[in-house]
Amino acid sequence: MATATLKGRPTLTRRPARHRLLPYLLSLPALLVCIGILVPFATAVAYSLQRYNSSLPYLRKWIWWGNYQTFLTDSAFWNTVYVSLSYTIWTVGIELLLGLAIALLLQRTTRFNNAAAIACLLPLMIAPALAALMWKLMTNPDFGILSYLVGLIGLSDFRWASSPSTAMFTVVLIDVWVYTPFIMILLLAGLRALPRQPFEAAELDGVPASFVFFRITLPMLMPYILTAVLFRLLDAIQQFDIVYAMTQGGPGDRLMVFQVQAYLERFQYLNVGRSAAFLMVLWLITFILSNLFIKNWLRLRERARGAV
Amino acid sequence: MHEKAKDAVASFVAGRTSRRELFGYGAKLGLGAATMGFLLNEAQTTAQAADFDWQYYKGKTVNLLLNKHPYADAIIADLENFKKLTGMDVKYDVFPEDVYFDKITAALSSGSTQYDAFMTGAYQTWQYGPAGWLEDLNEYIKDPKWTNPAYAWDDVLPNLKASTSWSGVPGAALGGEGAKQWAVPLAFELNSITYNKRIFDKAKVEPAKNLPELVEIAAKIQGSGQNVYGIGTRGSRSWATIHPGYLSAFANYGGKDFEVADGKLKAAMNSAAGKEMTALWVDMIKSSGPRNWSTYTWYQVGTDLGAGASGMIYDADVLGYFMNGGDNKEAGNLAFSAFAPNPKGSSPTPNVWIWSLALNSYSSQKGPAWWFVQWATGTEHGLFGAQKMDLVNPVRNKIWQDETFRARIAKSYPGYLEQYAASSPGSKIYFTPQPLFFNLTTEWAASLQRMVAGELPVSEGLDELAANVDNQLKQAGLG
Repeated sequence: MATATLKGRPTLTRRPARHRLLPYLLSLPALLVCIGILVPFATAVAYSLQRYNSSLPYLRKWIWWGNYQTFLTDSAFWNTVYVSLSYTIWTVGIELLLGLAIALLLQRTTRFNNAAAIACLLPLMIAPALAALMWKLMTNPDFGILSYLVGLIGLSDFRWASSPSTAMFTVVLIDVWVYTPFIMILLLAGLRALPRQPFEAAELDGVPASFVFFRITLPMLMPYILTAVLFRLLDAIQQFDIVYAMTQGGPGDRLMVFQVQAYLERFQYLNVGRSAAFLMVLWLITFILSNLFIKNWLRLRERARGAV
Repeated sequence: MHEKAKDAVASFVAGRTSRRELFGYGAKLGLGAATMGFLLNEAQTTAQAADFDWQYYKGKTVNLLLNKHPYADAIIADLENFKKLTGMDVKYDVFPEDVYFDKITAALSSGSTQYDAFMTGAYQTWQYGPAGWLEDLNEYIKDPKWTNPAYAWDDVLPNLKASTSWSGVPGAALGGEGAKQWAVPLAFELNSITYNKRIFDKAKVEPAKNLPELVEIAAKIQGSGQNVYGIGTRGSRSWATIHPGYLSAFANYGGKDFEVADGKLKAAMNSAAGKEMTALWVDMIKSSGPRNWSTYTWYQVGTDLGAGASGMIYDADVLGYFMNGGDNKEAGNLAFSAFAPNPKGSSPTPNVWIWSLALNSYSSQKGPAWWFVQWATGTEHGLFGAQKMDLVNPVRNKIWQDETFRARIAKSYPGYLEQYAASSPGSKIYFTPQPLFFNLTTEWAASLQRMVAGELPVSEGLDELAANVDNQLKQAGLG
């Protein structure tokens, strides 16, 4: 603020210190959060560049890209990439289709639909690790209710997660059971928030229902779909609890996803360097996927606004 | 009358009368065994204190991390005696085994002083010791300033002492030159056959004498129309699948996990002997194992035996012991059999699991913690646990000779003592100690799963495993 001096020349007065510090004070929490994220991240990057096994401290040294170079020729690593991506694609794909279908069924606001939507949310209230243990009991070949039911249709020796041929199917089934409600509730909120005018106009013009769905509902719903898929994608590629509780990554390496591999390397094998390298690759995949989705999400949101 | 009883107990503690005379005298005074036991315990605590300054750390508090296990239950039940003896306080956390070792790893790797002493297995010390997280207990045991003269370290079974000590050099023998005592044995389990007599009688079979016979008998039980499966063994994707029955049989066939040459390790699990034994094992699981074998841990193996869902197990003898009591459906129906798998004639070679106590090297209270460890692994607590709790198998010769303990086991667990007598001379750790134990043994279990699932023939599977293990050893600088 300028004030007049005796000689008529304006000068600047100093603001009180607390006013000058205010912007820094206000950004301090964000800075602390940033430090809280960046310090462990930088530490993990540093570890990933070392040969670092806690039980072999005398062999610890910087090997720079050594852990990553090993991955290139390591069939276990490529198996982990394959399993993680398969798991992600299967779970998110099925959950999206089912979640959308249920949301469309419950779209109209009625008492029954509201109650059904709440009931559908119940699996989401259960911790995934507990859900996995519950399914482990239900799929037990000797006394599990699901084993009994599939036995009635002639599959008396169906071994669920114990068999390499059905292990992926079993964990995908559990994931779908737990997380479909998540997608359903987001899409239901989106459907109920869509403007009515385009639908009323289509109805007046006698437009077929399939045309309305594919040309009006789906495009307008796309930002919600992308949001739901992005969240699920990030979560699914970092899967740990269901797979670990069911099979610890087995049988063989059939379900060896990134997080289980990184956990075993760190907590059971004490191989800090290799564990960190696994997590860095996972971070990179997650980063690329989320960037792709966010760019598309922004583009589609703009388009949806234009459509309105 | 109470004073007379106390005098009689003091006479027993001083070695002037036998246990039988003591309890006979108690009966004459109208005192029951429980009362005499209480007085005896109290007198022994007092006697312990006479030879050693147990009160040196009076007022201190020791923090323990314990695994949820009958051995931990025995410690907790006897803690008041320790507190009375030392004037110290004890705080403890108990965690189930699923998360127990993760908790320890997290605490030790972060240099935490939260726990002064903790329960551990011998295999874990192959990681924790070289990492610098454990105290070398030789420095305490061999120093009279630190250790009660009545501790009687020589009374601990020699194979168990050796199995918990190692120099830290990959491939060097357990208990060999330069070995550090990373932990002190608390109690242990060896691997043998526990079978269900009721199921065996109905199937008209006898316990097997070797592995080929075991495969046949398991198949007979499976096909005996009793709606049970033949044999329970662990199968989850974990190192814990390899160390009980599988490695015991593998060692009995002459198989080795590694060869050591010029200080370097080389995988040897694909030897002809190893392949012969593994082929039989895989056949046995395929034909007579649990249908969801690849998710089986010790817990499922034990509960199936206790519930009468399996005909027998080839696993820890104490698992059979625990299942033969309590509320288990088959309690009283279980019997025990020592087992030498190789038909070419040999004695049993059970691999062992040893629950032990270790000191955190980051602890600021190593003295008080060692006071606790020597009490918990000493003769008095061992006797208490063996006679009144389930501290089975004890690690001291003196306890194995104790009349009360032997009478109790002989009465409630027929055949257990005979099984132990036949199995114990050859019982020890048969793995080669090296810091990548968990990594490479888990890989072994994953390979076994693929063989049982029919994804790989046994010979090819073991060759592939050996090549992978060699590769990992090279990457780690050990091969």
